[in-house]
Amino acid sequence: MVEEQRTQTPAPGASPGSSGSSRRRFLVAGAAAGLGVAAGARAEELPVPASSLKMGAPIPPESYGMPIEFEAHVKRRRSDVFKNKQNYSDWSMTPLHQQVGIVTPNGLFFERHHNGVAKIDPEQHRLVIHGLVEKPLAFSMSDLMRYPSVSRFHFMECSGNTLTDWREPKAVTVQQSHGLLSCAQWTGVPLSWLLDEAGVKPEGKWVMFEGGDGSGHLRSIPIEKVMDDALLVYGQNGEMLRAEQGYPLRAFFPGWEGNTCVKWLRRIKVVTEPDQIRGETARYTDPMPNGKWRQYSMEMECKSVITNPSGGMSLKGPGLYEVQGFAWSGRGKVTNVDLTFDGGRTWREAALEEPVLDKCLTRFRYRWNWDGSPAKIASRAKDTTGYVQPTVEEIARVREIVGFVQHHNGIFPWSVAQSGEVANAIA
Amino acid sequence: MRSLDLRSSVAALCVTLAVATAAQAADFGKRPEAGFGRPIGEADLKLWDIDIATPSGGNLPAGEGTVAAGKAVYEAKCLACHGENAAGGPVYGTMVGGIGSMTKSPRVLTPGSMYPYAPILFDYVRRAMPMNAPQSLTADEVYAVAAYIYNLNGLVPADFKMNAQTMPKIPMPNRDGFIRDDRPDTRAERCMTDCKPIGTVADASKPAASGTAAAAGGTGNQVIMGDPKSGAAASPAARP
Repeated sequence: MVEEQRTQTPAPGASPGSSGSSRRRFLVAGAAAGLGVAAGARAEELPVPASSLKMGAPIPPESYGMPIEFEAHVKRRRSDVFKNKQNYSDWSMTPLHQQVGIVTPNGLFFERHHNGVAKIDPEQHRLVIHGLVEKPLAFSMSDLMRYPSVSRFHFMECSGNTLTDWREPKAVTVQQSHGLLSCAQWTGVPLSWLLDEAGVKPEGKWVMFEGGDGSGHLRSIPIEKVMDDALLVYGQNGEMLRAEQGYPLRAFFPGWEGNTCVKWLRRIKVVTEPDQIRGETARYTDPMPNGKWRQYSMEMECKSVITNPSGGMSLKGPGLYEVQGFAWSGRGKVTNVDLTFDGGRTWREAALEEPVLDKCLTRFRYRWNWDGSPAKIASRAKDTTGYVQPTVEEIARVREIVGFVQHHNGIFPWSVAQSGEVANAIA
Repeated sequence: MRSLDLRSSVAALCVTLAVATAAQAADFGKRPEAGFGRPIGEADLKLWDIDIATPSGGNLPAGEGTVAAGKAVYEAKCLACHGENAAGGPVYGTMVGGIGSMTKSPRVLTPGSMYPYAPILFDYVRRAMPMNAPQSLTADEVYAVAAYIYNLNGLVPADFKMNAQTMPKIPMPNRDGFIRDDRPDTRAERCMTDCKPIGTVADASKPAASGTAAAAGGTGNQVIMGDPKSGAAASPAARP
């Protein structure tokens, strides 16, 4: 059953507001031409395209290649839901519905800064490791790049992803509801190697990471995570980090909330207990019943969302649509993704596209024959720990959902109207 | 040579398989024999080592500030964004009030209502404020502006002298307001047919079919230094 659903060729995903989507026009025209040939009918004679009749653009002496102008509408965007009064402690979101494959291009990778984008000369940059270590150490970038490197594919998600959409639909598109999520191949040095080199003292149980930006962003991480799979990252998707991703150096904790992956990293300090600074008490904590706050909740739990079709799109009449989306878990691999088309009464399993990697975006696909009647569609993921993505109702039974609440990994429904309009249906 | 490569490839494959079947832990291989870090002393890091161990006040620097001095610093450096009397301004909401609001809706989050340890304000102001000139205030100025903010929140008297000894001793109303991560806290099941339709947050306020006690479903919005009016309305005197 699942095998039958596996897609061989990409289908045209409807894309919101993309009047300039030449790709969709091309695919629709191609499909029509194909049918015409099969039926032996005539449509219209295709002219020789202009591109076949002249020389193309020459290769410039040197350049950094950019997407063609027809794709200029594919952009990161700031929040449409919140109007921040300044854009230094702010965020921009990835157009997940326009991403193909599991890797987010560097220019579309989401951003969250606490005091703007720092600009750091790598020649001047220094990283220090100190605190409860036998030998405090300093590293230049060229020192760090002498170590053997490792590369890993992992997602990164902001703890605040989807937080505008708990109680009522606020985000129109999946970029606005889920776009604080991206995925990349990260390259750097295992943090455990450097901490072993400095020699962590037995009483060192937490490790503090501090950025060299104007916010001095700082998070404390348990030593077990640091020594397990944490990386000191300088490369992303085949090139050095972009400035907005922390150039020249950031921490990376696979599967943990984005703000732990401190950018512009300048200092690592081994301590016995976390400092409990503002970012670990008054921010990045979760309201709980009885007036309490849950802190150091840094692991991102299993989550999924349908990206095609999604909010703001419009289906062009009944027929075959390939439903696509992403699933991910901060605790391991995704094992299953189920889809519903009737608001959760029945579910059927989607196909997972390889590669299915640890703490990485996993793409799911399902061929859906829409009969043209109103539908409510959603995805539900399960991970290797056996954890199943909950509904927002299930989350709200154990946490306090009052306004600005982080760690929303709830099942996210979209409604499909008879007209084909797709809309946020979280409530 | 060829057979040697093959042997090591097989060995590598076995290692890979062993790791793949293990529960977790990244296989980064052995740490290289050589290290490239250069020795440095804690004394060399005096200007960098600015974090405060906020529960104890460890690493608070020498210096002192009063409420009156803090008012002057505030009005010169902070008021433009945070407003008169720290009650909210053009960019940010209130930094005063909200004490006692953690079990109410909305929860009003200010340094007075939210911080479990008073030195958090020193750590944050010194590293990050003012936003256009972080780390520009002297230790005396940071102590003073902290005295001013905590005085407005009713936590220290008007003649309070803020310093490394007095700051950690200020009793903070939200001292015991935190729990450590205890997730997973949901136990959803993979129902495939005849399932309960996807519920909403509002549905959680209704009694659970399974008999689980429903969490108190707050109805309002939490205020994160966002709404000067809500914050000002909360009485600083209303301490638990």
